[in-house]
This record gives sequence, C-alpha cells and structure tokens, in this order.
Amino acid sequence: MAPAERRLEGIRSMKHKVATTVNGRRHEHEVEPRLLLVHHLRDNLGLTGTHIGCDTSQCGACTILVDGKAVKSCTMFAVQAEGKSLTTIEGMAKDGELHPIQQAFWDEHGLQCGYCTPGFIMAAAYLLAQNPNPTEDEIRKGLEGNLCRCTGYVNIVKAVQTAAKTMSTAPARKTTVAAGGN
Amino acid sequence: MIPAAFEYARASSVEEASNLLSKFGEDAKVLAGGHSLIPLMRLRLAQPSALVDINGLKDLDHIKEDGRKLRVGALTRHVTIQNSSTVKEKLPLLAEIAGEVGDNQVRNMGTMGGVIAHADAAGDYPTLALMLDADIVTNQRTIPANEFFKDLFTTALAPDEIVTEVVFPVATGAHKYVKFRRRLFDWAIVGVAAQKMNGGWRIGLTNVGPTPVRATAVEEALHKGAQPEEAAQHASDELDPAGDLRASPEYKKHLARVLTKRAINQAEGRQ
Ligand SMILES: Cc1cc2nc3c(=O)[nH]c(=O)nc-3n(C[C@H](O)[C@H](O)[C@H](O)COP(=O)(O)OP(=O)(O)OC[C@H]3O[C@@H](n4cnc5c(N)ncnc54)[C@H](O)[C@@H]3O)c2cc1C
Ligand code: FES
Ligand code: FES
Repeated sequence: MAPAERRLEGIRSMKHKVATTVNGRRHEHEVEPRLLLVHHLRDNLGLTGTHIGCDTSQCGACTILVDGKAVKSCTMFAVQAEGKSLTTIEGMAKDGELHPIQQAFWDEHGLQCGYCTPGFIMAAAYLLAQNPNPTEDEIRKGLEGNLCRCTGYVNIVKAVQTAAKTMSTAPARKTTVAAGGN
Repeated sequence: MIPAAFEYARASSVEEASNLLSKFGEDAKVLAGGHSLIPLMRLRLAQPSALVDINGLKDLDHIKEDGRKLRVGALTRHVTIQNSSTVKEKLPLLAEIAGEVGDNQVRNMGTMGGVIAHADAAGDYPTLALMLDADIVTNQRTIPANEFFKDLFTTALAPDEIVTEVVFPVATGAHKYVKFRRRLFDWAIVGVAAQKMNGGWRIGLTNVGPTPVRATAVEEALHKGAQPEEAAQHASDELDPAGDLRASPEYKKHLARVLTKRAINQAEGRQ
C-alpha cells in the first residue's frame, strides 16, 4: 500500500463515538463508520439474539426496534444509532417471564429451527403496536419483510393472532414501540 | 460481507452536506435511508470514499400542500408518505405506491429522495414522477422529471447536488398501481401506474427499460376513445426491456400490456 493510500485507510477507519440505550441500558462505544449495527449489537454488546440471515437486506432475521420502529439492523451503520433507543429480542422478556409474543410462538409452535424467530418476534411487536387486532391478511402483509425457511408461516400467523388476543386482555406490558408514521 | 472503509460525517444543513460532498470529492455519497446504498456496500458493489449522513436534516422530512402541488421532502420516509392524510387526499396514488415499496422495515427507513436519486430501473416513485411531470428540486435548481432520469442508476444530479424535494401535481381522479412480483416485498418485475388527470389518462411503466417509461401511445389511444383492452396493446410499442433473472424481454412486454389493461380497469373499479 502506498503511503497516501495507507493514510486514507487510517482516516476512513477513524472511530466515532456512538452512545445508545439498548433494552433500557446506556452504552457508549467507539466504532468504525463501516460497522453495521447488527455487528455492533452482537460483537460489541454481546447481544447475539439478533441474527444475520442474508447479505441482501431481505430476510429480516436482524430486525430490532429503533426508537420503536422495526428496522433491519444489518442495513444501518452503528454510527447512525447515536442517541437512539434500541430494543432487541433480549429486551422482550421481563423478570424471567416471556413476553406474550414469545409465549405465543412457544405455544403455537411458531418455529422449527428458530433462526428467524427473533426477527419475527420484533417485527410482530411493531405490527401489534400499530394494529393491535390485525386480520390474517394484515399479519401476513405486516410480516412480509421476514423470511422463514422452515415453518411455512401458518403457525407464525397463529402465534401472532394468539399474542394479539393475550395482549388485548392482559394488563399492558410496555415495550416501547412507536405509533407509526404521521 | 463487511463494507469497505469510508469517512463519515453528519451534516446539519443542506449547505453543509453539499460542502462536505465537494470536500470529500467525487466518490463521496449522501446517506439517506441507506436501503439501496448499504446493501450495495455490503456486497462491495459500491465503495464510496465517504458518506455524508443527511438523516439529521429534519426540514427535508415534510409533506406540504401548495396550491395545486404536493411537495414531498427528500427525507420523507415511505411509511410517512403511505400514512399521510395529505397525500391520501391530494395524490392517493402516491400513498398507494409508498405502501407497496419493500416491507415495513424498508418503509421505516427508505426515503423519497433516495429512490429518486438512486434511479433503480425498478424504483416505483420515478415512474410516478415521470408520468405526472413532477419536478425534482435540488439545492441548486429545479429539474423536470423528464430530464432527470438519464439511464440505469444515472440521473442529471451533479456529484455535490442534493435532492431536497419532489413536487407532484395534485391528482385525485381514478388511479391504480399494479405491481407484479413473486413475493410481497419484492421489487416490481413490471409495474404499471394509471392516473386520470385533466380529463385524460397518464400511464407509467416500471422496470421495462433503464429508466421509467411514460406510455404516451396508450394515453393517446385512450384519448381517442379506445377501450382499455385495445389501448393497452400499445403499452409495449417502443419498449426494448432487458431480460433479468425473473423475466425475459418478451415476458416483460407481455406484462406491460396485460398490467396496463388491469391498471386502467381497476382504476375505474372494474376487475
Ligand atoms: C428488501 C428491499 C426491498 C425493496 N423494495 C423496493 C421496491 O419495491 N421499490 C422501490 O422503489 N424501492 C425498493 N427498495 C429500495 C428502497 O426504497 C430504498 O430505500 C431506496 O431505493 C433508496 O432510498 P434510501 O433513502 O434508502 O437511500 P440510500 O440508500 O441512502 O441512497 C441511495 C442513493 O441515493 C443517493 N441519495 C439519497 N438521498 C439523496 C438526496 N437527497 N440527494 C442526492 N442523493 C441522494 C445516495 O447517495 C445513494 O447513492 C427496497 C429495498 C430493500 C432493502
Ligand atoms: S440479515 Fe437478512 S435482512 Fe438483515
Ligand atoms: S424456524 Fe427455521 S427459519 Fe424460521
């Protein structure tokens, strides 16, 4: 590498501060701009529940909530999360008790290998915050950004329907999810 | 894959963003929703030397009615456009199209300006911008849509030019976007938009060439009183689409005709 190129490499790898609140806890790190948010969560914060299933932003396995909105964390740089509040699958269960959506995936057999499940649960959390009583069509449309290679989706849809029922009868459990666009 | 290293800077005004782009040089790029750029960077099909993040420019995130115009800020997310009561009232076809872009996660991040500037042949908004004679407003000038899309991924934008707004006409007549694809979140294999406006039809085609296409031959046939079925035959008149993984050129031309008929019929409430 020529000295000028090496200098440029140096500038481009220069680290930036990123302060986030993840599942209610504040974190501060120095990261390279090219670090994807999903790698930051998994490698720097040790939150390996968020999975990586593709290289093309299509599978949704990496879905988390950023300020309450479902986002594919593989399609955002960690530096862009500066000042934001993130919720990952690890933030769903409270005090040793599964979140109603997690419980419903368990009860309805909404998974087989489980690789896609964290992404589905986060996408479902966003969907149910927007629309607490979705029809089957609305559930399928709402989860269009998530792929499952095992289940055929039928039990995933059932799980979301069951979660919608429990969540509308049980006292509200707070996950911070945005009320959507304006 | 991990993207190649790049310099990163957050802009706090359009002017600063433009200055940063000039400073970083031609290989620098704007980072908006990131949902076209980051996938390309992950595959190392794009290796910008620097990214200028415009996500903090809240004044580019707006939807305004301005007489007979609808002004949509470049940083307005698909989800905002889809749910906007102003868009639903003044240009419902745009709200319909926004709701069909990608999936929930994509719509939470992707922006109007990003789709327009990226100029993917399968992008949905460019079709609407072209067929409705929208204006693309930048920090330097106003460019009519029919002079903006030059080629595949190629626009009239200069390297330090930033899209600030897209200005559409208000259109509230019969309308429909028919997007043909294999899975819900996919890009269009072919898409057709139909909008009734000023007593005539505007028809636009997505992904049947390097740039969006306005099907003027169909519009004229309809104007002369042809039935949708007959007029739609002209949808492929001057098309020379490239084949891709999902469709051959012949199939795309077939889809252009069939979907044009469907779009007009469905716009008018027939099946
Ligand atoms: C799974 C998936 C499915 C998708 N499906 C569709 C679909 O069906 N239809 C569709 O239209 N799109 C689709 N997209 C693309 C999505 O809409 C992108 O958000 C959009 O194409 C780019 O907008 P962005 O804001 O994300 O831009 P970015 O990715 O940030 O930028 C894209 C390009 O535009 C430039 N740019 C961005 N904003 C500006 C600006 N204001 N001024 C100048 N240059 C700018 C950038 O420098 C870059 O070169 C899909 C994406 C994914 C991941
Ligand atoms: S890892 Fe597949 S969409 Fe993010
Ligand atoms: S359960 Fe295996 S991918 Fe969904």
